[in-house]
Amino acid sequence: MSTKTDKIDRLAELTASRETTTGNSLWVEAMRRLRRSKMALIGGVIIGAFVLLAILGPWIAPYDPTDTHTWRGEVLTNQNIFVGPRAENWLGLDHLARDEFSRMLIGARQTLLVGIVATLLGFTVGALIGGASGAALTLGGAAGKRFDTVVMRFIDMMLALPSLLLAVSIAAVLGQSLTTVMIAVGVVQVPIFARLLRGAMLAQGGSDYVLAAQSLGVRKRRIALGHVLPNSLSPVIVQSTLSLATAIIEAAALSYLGLGNPDASEPEWGVMLAQAQGYFDSAPMLAVYPALGIIITALGFTLLGEAMREALDPKLRS
Amino acid sequence: MPLLSVDELTITFSGRGSRDVQAVAGVSFDVDQGQVVGLVGESGCGKSVTSLALMGLLPSRGVTIGGRADYDGTDLLRLSTARMRDLRGSQLAMIFQDPLSSLNPVVPIGVQVTEILKRHRGMKGEPARKEAAHLLDRVGIPDPTRRLKEYPHQLSGGMRQRALIAMAVACAPRLLIADEPTTALDVTIQAQILELLKELVDEEGTALLMITHDLGVVAGLCDQVNVLYAGKVVESAARRPLFAAPTHPYAHGLLGSIPRLDAPRGEPLRPIRGSINDRIDWADGCAFAPRCDSYTMECLTGTPQLTEPHTPGHLARCVNPVKHEMHGDGGDHGNTADLKKTEAGS
Amino acid sequence: MSLLELDDVKVHFPVKRGVFFDRTVGHVYAVDGVSLSVEAGQTYGLVGESGCGKTTLGRAVLRLVDITSGGVVFDGTDLAALPGEEMRRARRRLQMVFQDPLGSLDPRQNIESILTEGMTAHGIGADAGERRKRILDILAKVGLPANALSRYPHEFSGGQRQRIGIARALVLEPDVIICDEPVSALDVSIQAQVLNLLEELQESMGLTYLVIAHDLAVVRHISDVIGVMYLGSLVEEAPSDLLYAEPRHPYTRALMSAVPVPDPVVEDGRERILLTGDLPSPADPPTGCRFHTRCPWKQETLCATERPALRDVGDGHRVACHYAAEIADGTITRAAGEASPASTPETSPV
Repeated sequence: MSTKTDKIDRLAELTASRETTTGNSLWVEAMRRLRRSKMALIGGVIIGAFVLLAILGPWIAPYDPTDTHTWRGEVLTNQNIFVGPRAENWLGLDHLARDEFSRMLIGARQTLLVGIVATLLGFTVGALIGGASGAALTLGGAAGKRFDTVVMRFIDMMLALPSLLLAVSIAAVLGQSLTTVMIAVGVVQVPIFARLLRGAMLAQGGSDYVLAAQSLGVRKRRIALGHVLPNSLSPVIVQSTLSLATAIIEAAALSYLGLGNPDASEPEWGVMLAQAQGYFDSAPMLAVYPALGIIITALGFTLLGEAMREALDPKLRS
Repeated sequence: MPLLSVDELTITFSGRGSRDVQAVAGVSFDVDQGQVVGLVGESGCGKSVTSLALMGLLPSRGVTIGGRADYDGTDLLRLSTARMRDLRGSQLAMIFQDPLSSLNPVVPIGVQVTEILKRHRGMKGEPARKEAAHLLDRVGIPDPTRRLKEYPHQLSGGMRQRALIAMAVACAPRLLIADEPTTALDVTIQAQILELLKELVDEEGTALLMITHDLGVVAGLCDQVNVLYAGKVVESAARRPLFAAPTHPYAHGLLGSIPRLDAPRGEPLRPIRGSINDRIDWADGCAFAPRCDSYTMECLTGTPQLTEPHTPGHLARCVNPVKHEMHGDGGDHGNTADLKKTEAGS
Repeated sequence: MSLLELDDVKVHFPVKRGVFFDRTVGHVYAVDGVSLSVEAGQTYGLVGESGCGKTTLGRAVLRLVDITSGGVVFDGTDLAALPGEEMRRARRRLQMVFQDPLGSLDPRQNIESILTEGMTAHGIGADAGERRKRILDILAKVGLPANALSRYPHEFSGGQRQRIGIARALVLEPDVIICDEPVSALDVSIQAQVLNLLEELQESMGLTYLVIAHDLAVVRHISDVIGVMYLGSLVEEAPSDLLYAEPRHPYTRALMSAVPVPDPVVEDGRERILLTGDLPSPADPPTGCRFHTRCPWKQETLCATERPALRDVGDGHRVACHYAAEIADGTITRAAGEASPASTPETSPV
């Protein structure tokens, strides 16, 4: 008898190490994969640093970014005299003799704000439209289909316009301000989110578990909201991270085109880039700093977005 | 000397961040000229990975391959990419489970076939086209000249698999590896394809390495059968003795799990309990022990070896092999006294 | 009166084209007039190859697809005529088990939530405690541990997932379970576990099954009556053992001869009836007998012009072939060149 229990004990001991799963939802698993991803780490560090700078900017900036007096006379643009990096001004002075480093720090805040607000706007409105359309389709019926057709043709029209052109027209209508930039960039994102969520819901709507819920006798509304919608969110969430990158670039582009904050003394990376353009021959670095800032933050969001896409990929479930 | 001799093949995948997975844990088998050899097992037994390794189709990153695979005096596992590419198509050919994804969707069938003829047989123009049509005709595709102009999606599943076989045999390979060639097909189409493979082996003398999960397919096709479990061969024998007296409890259990068309309605099945996830490392003992009804303490100490427990040439990796009455009725209805009906539980 | 009766059920899917206004340019005749009846407590096996309409027929019973015409009478009520909400409620008594155990479980629901959902939808169980008790009871029945409740589908093996799918159907205490390819996605050793479980449950709970599968061996193992489908219609129906012993329809014969048997002795002595060509498209089915384009016994008259009806030939054996009798007594023989080189002619199919 004892050999039998020994045998079972030994088997239990050998198999025990393989027991790994303990009630982790897909989100938890995705987070675990995300934490292991190098891409997510790099993206996260970049974004973390960027957010930190944006928050702490006003406190850590060594000088007032709008101060044109302190180093007055040191920069003479008409004679091509500029001040490069030095101990006092780490990144030198801009064309109006303002501290470039301080301007970069404070500018980060504006850029982040525009990115986040615009994306939130795009996400919310887009997801509402897409979700309504997707739900209408899932619930079925001729009315749902007609609703979807009308909404989607409208969305298609928005998608057909080049995004920057659309943003420029919106900005032109609303006038020149930071809010304009946010709205313009946000509106451009709306059709992307709407299409994406509707597409995901449509795909999920045809899946076996929806059929299973239906055969179980679950009400259609509950199927649409309780099953289809939650399973369609991950591509939208990934897209919102990627959209942040685009939003930052587009916001900079709009500011560059002069559609942003009319108060040009207020630092913003896009505006700084536009202003530096005039002096590109003699002080190219003035354009390089904000450009680098835009590129690196956009890269950070892109990396994180891609890492999330990988982590949430249903094909990786095992 | 066998045409292909695989010796202690090991394949280990090392993923990012996760622990290494040994998909193949020392597999050995031979394929003789003109012989049909089966590698049988369920998902996760390492059969497909083995075939990919032989064809040099595994990615080099994150994969460690050990052991030898001697083909005609050269070790396939250590061949340069260029030599392997020459060998593939001309001497070795492979057929995959999914014919649609194995064919280039934007290139007509004819071009895909003549490409191979050009590459390996130096044929061009009209002769190549004629030969391509001949090949399609050979594998039973009706109206081959018209089919040559068609794209893969215009062909049915069975026709696609035929086209793939035509490409595989275009250069009269000496060894054909077929990885679940009929799994995606309907049973009546499967019968056609298996018949075609049999014909090719009989008439061309091609050796065939058949990789499948379907013991029924093996029973009708293979000369020599290797049953794989958790990356090792657990039983190896000629077709008839293996089916008549499966010696490893896994092979025995597998045969007892399959509903047979010729068994009366309701004849009880004897499932193997648990799943492939219930296993131990080969280093600790027999990987099958947790699912086995007759495991002993001996099974949990050290790797069991392939031996010939009952008859010469019938190998099994088991210290408590299933015993059969030697006069039996030839089926797997032999002596099941030591293997009681298993509980369906996991 | 049978528990479930299908009367000339047709499911035609419109094929639509057009950018703004969908125009129906044709139909896919997925199910084209199927009548059959399933007795209480029995298992009816529906077998056929891909594209024969068996899955669509199974879904039509639960009205998961729209029925074009015909009746589905369950326990005296015609389901095809029920309004939406009543149909939803009727589904409590008719449940379904799906082919893909993972795909049919919502990946974001844990097992408890999956199993409770049906009860909530039908207002079963007074409170959470009572529901939980019932779930635990069912879990034990299908052989899953109680600690499975808080886990998610991806954490189980294929066989366990299928047990969850079965448990989900069982909690509603249905009369009929439609099993659509219940084991085809599973490994061989696991298939047997699930088949045995289905049989045990049938015995202990008095369930009626409609099993849909492509594997004739599986269907024969589990079914009392087998119906063979080809291109949207039933070509033959008979009690399991009778169908095996005396297949009458040429398609059934071909299908049976093509199913591999894991026994070399049997395989070597077998006669194969190899069909030529491929399955025609259900959007453009052949005239007359749907099978005549591939039939080795095809005759000059009738086959291509007249669609054979399912005729009773005795002992509950129904066949849809003009020449079933002639083929059976050997007056009509197979066209030459179709036989495999091996073995003796006209033996029993295995």
